[in-house]
Amino acid sequence: MEKVSTVEGRAYPFGMKNVDTDIIIPAHFLKTVTREGLGKGAFEALRKDPSNVFDNPEYAGSPIIVAGDNFGCGSSREHAAWALLDMGLKAVIAPSFSDIFSGNAFKNGIVTVALPQEAIDRLMEVAETDPITIDLEAQTVTTPFQDRWTFEIDPFRKYCLTEGLDEVGLTLQSDDAIRSYEERQQSEQPWLARGTGLAA
Amino acid sequence: MSSTPRTLYEKIWDAHVIEQRDDGTCLVFIDRHLVHEVTSPQAFEALRMAGRKVRRPELTLAVPDHNLPTTPRVDAAGNRVPIEDAESRGQLEALERNAPEFGVQYFGATAAQQGIVHVVGPEQGFSLPGATIVCGDSHTACHGGIGALAFGIGTSEVEHVLATQTLQLRKSKTMEVRVEGDLGPGVTSKDLIMHIIGTIGTAGGTGHVIEYRGKVFEEMSVEGRLTVCNMSIEGGARAGLIAPDETTFRYVKGRPYAPKGEDWDKAVAYWKTLHTDPGAAFDKSVTINAADVEPTVTWGTSPEDTVAIGGIVPDPMSFADPSKQRAAQASLDYMGLAPGQRMDEVEVQNIFIGSCTNSRIEDLRAAAEVLKGRKIHPNIKWGIIVPGSGLVKMQAEAEGLDKIFIDAGLEWREPGCSACLGMNPDKVPAGERSASTSNRNFVGRQGPGARTHLVSPAMAAAAAVTGKLTDVRKLTNDAPALA
Repeated sequence: MEKVSTVEGRAYPFGMKNVDTDIIIPAHFLKTVTREGLGKGAFEALRKDPSNVFDNPEYAGSPIIVAGDNFGCGSSREHAAWALLDMGLKAVIAPSFSDIFSGNAFKNGIVTVALPQEAIDRLMEVAETDPITIDLEAQTVTTPFQDRWTFEIDPFRKYCLTEGLDEVGLTLQSDDAIRSYEERQQSEQPWLARGTGLAA
Repeated sequence: MSSTPRTLYEKIWDAHVIEQRDDGTCLVFIDRHLVHEVTSPQAFEALRMAGRKVRRPELTLAVPDHNLPTTPRVDAAGNRVPIEDAESRGQLEALERNAPEFGVQYFGATAAQQGIVHVVGPEQGFSLPGATIVCGDSHTACHGGIGALAFGIGTSEVEHVLATQTLQLRKSKTMEVRVEGDLGPGVTSKDLIMHIIGTIGTAGGTGHVIEYRGKVFEEMSVEGRLTVCNMSIEGGARAGLIAPDETTFRYVKGRPYAPKGEDWDKAVAYWKTLHTDPGAAFDKSVTINAADVEPTVTWGTSPEDTVAIGGIVPDPMSFADPSKQRAAQASLDYMGLAPGQRMDEVEVQNIFIGSCTNSRIEDLRAAAEVLKGRKIHPNIKWGIIVPGSGLVKMQAEAEGLDKIFIDAGLEWREPGCSACLGMNPDKVPAGERSASTSNRNFVGRQGPGARTHLVSPAMAAAAAVTGKLTDVRKLTNDAPALA
């Protein structure tokens, strides 16, 4: 995964509360064989309204969503995180998140920032016209207007996000140990190391 | 080298631990990874999105099986027959793209080597004794039949193995299932494993790796051992093991990916050390008397719902546990059976001989022996024989088994998972019964409303002949009169 230190840019002033994962990505998109391409199904029902925020050219390509509390509730589908990622999102700021969603978001390198409702109200205003900056290292959210809030994040998640480590990435920190195991197997049990013989 | 006596499981485990963390989790090396079309697409996708490669492509083998229809795959003009179901087609096409993109050996839908992953692995000599083997499929336990530590994993773990060739695991407990004595005539490895599951229950092996021990297993063919270990997961164990021996070595020798020349001698010398040391302790031990095992069938919707073919449907109230009483009643309602009903009077309309449990050449021979010169009963509306791989199919045809099946009135199909699970066109209609050599009699497993009776290949063949669940020994001992 890419290392995340700051997320900076325009934000969708979404504001909706209790956004469940069925809203983020409806069930009929779950038959896919890929994690990619789900952005086209993201917020499908809401996007039937021509004035929806996600199709407003003003916010096209924004990396941040500002939303209401309990974001990502409902079904555990990881497809919700995949859909947001595919839309180009890197962070969601809301008063609260469902545990499952924030876990899924984290696994996919999306930062979930919890801030009090007053901060969300102010960010909704700022997002209309100006960019927002999330500094993961400093754990702050700032605007060009001297607004500044700090937020909490699990130290392990922060470490993984800033180092760009997912579970695979964490294991690969033991790469030297894996490599020396492989070398030993190659010399002691070459028949196991050979496999199909189709080496890269 | 530790001097403490160790079990077979502990020897294979110890040989694969790369490092142990403070919380007891171990980073374990995975020697062999089998991949099929259903649980792999998102794993490959994740690699692509993260810009990762398959760490050791030569240790992964990909083959489609779950979704693939078992009807002819090439038409008269030699063109591939497209898969009608769009989702199945999509998953198949994804694997067809992913395997070459990531440099993984792939046996496609029309390759002679194509088949059910758990048939293909041992058949190709890809699955080897002492290896750690994983696949995104719970019946990976199967490969324990050649003395490999093999278990099923989820899609996120598939991705993890592709990227790192390792898994983060905790050591399992060990369980011994010791079988004393000999199986009677007409009693097979399938009857034995069903009897074992009926005895220990579907949670009997939870948290454990089972090692099957005793003369019965020493005298059993590798095919039979694969059948036994395959269903370990139905007894709750993530893996089952049978120590490799001369029978195993004879089976493995000469297969395409098996060690050759000097490597072969080294490998065999190592494999000979893979047995439980005298004095090694198991966390749990169960003893089964082989003489108690009869040709076995299931009456309910859990693989533990087993009974000898000469037995009756049990009364739900006969179970001590109230939750089991309720489950048994629900099973009987679903199965349309009543307490006290004789199992050998239950009529069946469908026959399925196949699946990763029972689709190897020995299984087909056992079915053919019963079916030879006989016709299926008019009760039977649909009966299919699905070889486990293209190579099993060719071998069966070389032996003339296909003709025996077709002459009897059964359909001879292309290899795949078929009617074991309702994921491809092969399904049992709602409300109808099947005598099935597969591994799960769950509600809806063979299709919505389908009523599954698990049996051995010989017993499925016997049911095909009589149109009801039947003690195959009556046919083999008294063939002319019943033909």
